[in-house]
Amino acid sequence: MNSLLAFTGPDIAFTDVLPLLIWLGTACAVLLLGSLVPRWPRGTWAAVTSVSAVAVVVQQLSKWQDIGTEGTGTALAGAVSVDRFAVFGTIIVAVALGLVALVTHDYLTREGNDGPELYALFITAAMGAQIMLSANDLIVLFLGLETLSLSLYVLVASNRRREQSQEAGLKYFVLGGFASAFFLYGIALIYGATGSTNLTSIMEGFAAGIAIERNDALLLVGIGLLLVGLAFKVSAVPFHVWTPDVYEGAPSPVTAFMASAGKVAAFTALLRVLVTALERRVDDWRPVVWILAIVTVFVGSILAVVQTNVKRMLAFSSIAHAGFVLVGVEAAAHAGSNGIASSMTYLLLYTVLVIGSFTVVFVVAGKGDGASSLDDFRGLARRRPFLALGFTVLLLAQAGVPFTGGFVAKFGVIKSAVEADSYVIAVAAMVAAVIGAFLYLRIMVSMWLDDTSGEMTLEVPRLAGLVIALTVVFTLFVGFFPGWLLDAAELIGVHRAAPVG
Amino acid sequence: MLVSAAEAGLHSASFPVLTALIVVPVIGSLLVALLSDRRPEWVKLTAVVMSVVTAGMSIWLLSAFSAHEGGFQFVSRHDWIGAWGISWHLGVDGISLFLVVLTGILFPLVILGVDPHHDEKRYLAWLLLLEAGVMGSFLSLDLFLFFIFFEIVLVPMYFLIGGWGYDKRVYAATKFFLYTMFGSAFMLVGIIATAALARRDIGYLTFDLVTIAERSSFAASTGRWLFLSFAIAFAVKVPLFPLHTWLPDAHTQAPTGGSVILAGVLLKLGTYGFLRFGLYLFPEAAVWAKPLFLTLATIGVIWGAIAATMQTDLKRLVAYSSVAHLGFIVLGTFAITSQSLTGSVMQMVNHGVSTGALFLMVGMIYERRHTREIAELRGIQKVAPIFAAAFMVVMLSSIGVPGLNGFVGEFLVLIGSFETARWWTVVAATGVILAALYLLWAYQRVFHGEPDEANSAFPEITLREGALVLCFIGLIGFTGIYPKPMLERIEPSVDRLIEHVEKHSDHRAPEHASDHGKEGE
Repeated sequence: MNSLLAFTGPDIAFTDVLPLLIWLGTACAVLLLGSLVPRWPRGTWAAVTSVSAVAVVVQQLSKWQDIGTEGTGTALAGAVSVDRFAVFGTIIVAVALGLVALVTHDYLTREGNDGPELYALFITAAMGAQIMLSANDLIVLFLGLETLSLSLYVLVASNRRREQSQEAGLKYFVLGGFASAFFLYGIALIYGATGSTNLTSIMEGFAAGIAIERNDALLLVGIGLLLVGLAFKVSAVPFHVWTPDVYEGAPSPVTAFMASAGKVAAFTALLRVLVTALERRVDDWRPVVWILAIVTVFVGSILAVVQTNVKRMLAFSSIAHAGFVLVGVEAAAHAGSNGIASSMTYLLLYTVLVIGSFTVVFVVAGKGDGASSLDDFRGLARRRPFLALGFTVLLLAQAGVPFTGGFVAKFGVIKSAVEADSYVIAVAAMVAAVIGAFLYLRIMVSMWLDDTSGEMTLEVPRLAGLVIALTVVFTLFVGFFPGWLLDAAELIGVHRAAPVG
Repeated sequence: MLVSAAEAGLHSASFPVLTALIVVPVIGSLLVALLSDRRPEWVKLTAVVMSVVTAGMSIWLLSAFSAHEGGFQFVSRHDWIGAWGISWHLGVDGISLFLVVLTGILFPLVILGVDPHHDEKRYLAWLLLLEAGVMGSFLSLDLFLFFIFFEIVLVPMYFLIGGWGYDKRVYAATKFFLYTMFGSAFMLVGIIATAALARRDIGYLTFDLVTIAERSSFAASTGRWLFLSFAIAFAVKVPLFPLHTWLPDAHTQAPTGGSVILAGVLLKLGTYGFLRFGLYLFPEAAVWAKPLFLTLATIGVIWGAIAATMQTDLKRLVAYSSVAHLGFIVLGTFAITSQSLTGSVMQMVNHGVSTGALFLMVGMIYERRHTREIAELRGIQKVAPIFAAAFMVVMLSSIGVPGLNGFVGEFLVLIGSFETARWWTVVAATGVILAALYLLWAYQRVFHGEPDEANSAFPEITLREGALVLCFIGLIGFTGIYPKPMLERIEPSVDRLIEHVEKHSDHRAPEHASDHGKEGE
């Protein structure tokens, strides 16, 4: 560790933090140019944001190759890890950003708004997510969490013409503030117990037996508070109560982003903390994750079934999906399991699914973003057969029907759970999935089997249509040819070695 | 088609006929879905051509299949998902052969013979997709592959019942979907656990059925758990008492075409699963679970028969008769003798033909009278004698009257099961009498007597309907009188299965495997 008295700046390997720099540059440029030159052609901001996302994906793909040859490491004096785990997560976040930016363009056009602010906020949220998922230090992790959260608070409340949106923003802000406080207090206690906030240092400390002599209660409470903070972010039961209201109130593109990138960031951070810093305390946190997973899949599925608003249903189903990822996290607790790979695959596939699904909701909800009850989907198959077909594929995939990406995802986590001998959790998750399937059937019944009386026209904006098509094609493609993705996921490794010095 | 049969032995590997059996209906389904709404005649034609091609291939398969051979034939195998050890592994043996042929024949008959009342395009697209799923389930020799076909079948069937069924269709469709998916949930965990545990014996991860069955041995307690996880899925699908409650609803609410397919082939996925993935994969556990399943099967036979007797709705009556018939099949399966298993396999096909035909004719009655209530039907024999005669033949085959197909299968099951499961068989045999009771009683009420005003206008069978029913009656008569070609293809595979079971458990089937050739003469 560097002494504070003789401060020397750390070496900065810029290529290791290039995604952050790309997005920082884009966000600043979007905001500055947007305010300096008021009239830009429509769609400029969406295009710029999407291009930045693509640039990050390309850069991360080459990084993926580099890590293959150079191995994992850290950057910025051990603050950020450089490993394929982070690369994979960053790619998911970038994909989410790119897709959501396209939908946002249609959203702003429909609501009669324009301007760079939303895009800038999405980009900073993506930055926060990227920091979270690559952070190798609890303080850096907290910085990422706050960057992500603050951007999301504003994004959720961004529809000023809709009261629900503001209400949701406020709810999210208050509860999110609490969660952040828990998280921060957890960091403080862990620092007190282990003497470090650096994940790899903590891991080393445990290995060397240092931490064990210190106060154990401090550590346990710290772990607990840390888990509360992250469980709030991934909306695991019982920390899920904000999710339905916020998801329903937020503008649909924002909901899509929260359910995808937001969850990815929180889950990768959770996984990284658990399998590196707290690896030796697996017996302490594994039962907690076990219970969280089972409670989450069941509560999410059961509550989803009784909803009458599709957006709210999808919010609850996203809770159930979080439970499934937790099944993968639980599997990751066992030595030699591929829980990390299956969780990350799940997150990627779910990101695509959920963005597609909320985009459909966005299209159906119409101007004002309010018409998302089950009745509004009635007879969609007659009004817009292809939209209904696309949504059906996405819903079946969420239910885990074969030949879709959703099945590959589910099969993956269940497989790692079974291989880790966690049979109870695997069976429980599958039974919960059956309960959840009822929800998707209800939406499909409403679309296909209810005959609509009035002929309502429904515009499908072009970019939103493109996003839906892309997500459907990807979902089916992975359903038929999952090999390449699974092979890639097998290569995901988490950086574990201590920083030099 | 038949000309190439001689070359079959040489070229069976060059043309992937089994893959084609799955792919052709899928292509048909996509074509139908993509065709323009403005050309309905093209839609129907495409569906007919694709299903007839599939039927042709399945019949070619029948002729090219070499009898007296117990192993898998026409095997094709390609790696699919390397990371998980999953391959596209298809094959057919005597147990699956006739189910494949039955599937191949039933679908074009349904497509040609039964019209949906609206939205023909979507109906046909779902139907062809369903055919692909069913074919895939019967042909898969990979656990993962089997599971995904087994699951995917739910989606088209759900939409068929929900979209083209009767009043309470959405309720019935949802019940069907959730019940079956509930069973599959356990099977999925079971499949993964099987592969993960077998890895310790085999050395690498694979979902290949043959590899796992031949090269791994599970500890007794493990094998039993795994077997039960599979058995729940199959018991729901069969359906076995007490998991059968979805069936009457699904059958009653499904459109006629859907009912025929549901009874004809879909239920067989469960009984077939018991043979292929129960007995073959977990012989020790299957023998251990014998008393349980024999009991449930026997209860199913009696329960189904009694429930059928009480029904006032003709379609529901036939649905409950299915519960009873499938009880017989499960009884034969778990008695594990050469005769009982052969009988079970035959009975799967027979039940598909006769119950399929029964549903078809009940559908015709509904078309004419717009009711299925037995109380409202009377004296139809007077006004439509040919229709009544055809119904009689189909019904007698369902009862199991000698000379018709039902008898051969049922008799083999009973005679085979008597050796190893005596008392269960004795009880189940009363089901045969009960079947005669409820079916004949129903026939009497519907067809005999003086037609009242509403029934006196009952139209006679049309040429198209007649041709359709004649196809079924042809199958019924042929198998009833000359079952030998079927038996000699089924038996070798069944004997092989029994050998496998005996090798891995303490079960001993009685030694007169060679006798039952006479049965068919």
